[in-house]
Amino acid sequence: MKRLLAAAVLVLGLAGVAHAAIDTYEFASDAERTRFRELTKELRCPKCQNQDIADSNAPIAADLRKEIFRMLGEGKDDQQIIDFMVDRYGEFVRYKPALNAKTALLWFGPAGLLLTGLVVMAVIVRRRRAAPTDGSDALSPEERKRLDHLLDAKTDD
Amino acid sequence: MKRGLMLVPLVLFLLVAVFLYRGLYLNPAELPSAMIGKPFPEFSLPSVQGDKALTRADLLGKPALVNVWGTWCISCRIEHPVLNKLAEQGVVIYGIDYKDDNAAALKWLAEFHNPYQLNIRDDDGNLGLNLGVYGAPETFFIDARGVIRDKYVGVIDEAVWREQLAARYQALVDEATP
Repeated sequence: MKRLLAAAVLVLGLAGVAHAAIDTYEFASDAERTRFRELTKELRCPKCQNQDIADSNAPIAADLRKEIFRMLGEGKDDQQIIDFMVDRYGEFVRYKPALNAKTALLWFGPAGLLLTGLVVMAVIVRRRRAAPTDGSDALSPEERKRLDHLLDAKTDD
Repeated sequence: MKRGLMLVPLVLFLLVAVFLYRGLYLNPAELPSAMIGKPFPEFSLPSVQGDKALTRADLLGKPALVNVWGTWCISCRIEHPVLNKLAEQGVVIYGIDYKDDNAAALKWLAEFHNPYQLNIRDDDGNLGLNLGVYGAPETFFIDARGVIRDKYVGVIDEAVWREQLAARYQALVDEATP
């Protein structure tokens, strides 16, 4: 049982790293390792555009990982490292673009659409509720008679 | 009121259609360079020929193309004859031999002719990194004061030069000679 558990833990551990490109870096601390992992996931590879640089095997991604590792060693903070990349490769390399006038639509567009949808729905529901149910859409006696007649005619067939 | 509401789906559809139509003709591989308008980065690297040490100051004085190349880069081979021709016409071209094997680079230049007035040897790609290079060939346009004014990613062939780049280079030359 113990052995099985150990195997399961090992496999689970592998699942996390299996997709990442393989480099060997020695980090000063676990915190630094975590930051490295987060930064390389948040930055996009300029060559193979739908991969982050943690995931990509392109030489440029390897260079950028090396550069991030070096900057972490120098004690730069996350913002400095991201700025370094943006200075060279443009806003494009960020999977989480900075919030400014140009990107406001990206950040708030989906929430805005959702909100508009909710408002429209609320208005429609409200109108339906407010619609008169006092019998003005009920049948008049003549209409009822005709309906009965029609229904009877049907059942006679 | 009712009529106005009926138009809403049509307007939405048209909007989406316009965006999607434009999207058809965008090239996602083309990135706006973040370096345009910034000074060419400082560097201190040997030349490919190994005969001198080069710095940023060596690139100043004349508007020029700075071409990032490498012998490992297959499309650079297609571009090379075009660069030769441009150099013959008097276009100033500097080279950055990006992450390359020096012996192979020397052989390449001897074999295919050398269009570069200066050729920077960037073995570990640091200058390339500071330039925001993500592949080769890439060509930067710098003015006489060493400011990056433009960038072209991909092979410069004769049509590209004639239709897009010649005018940009000429503008820089005109600017430098009042």
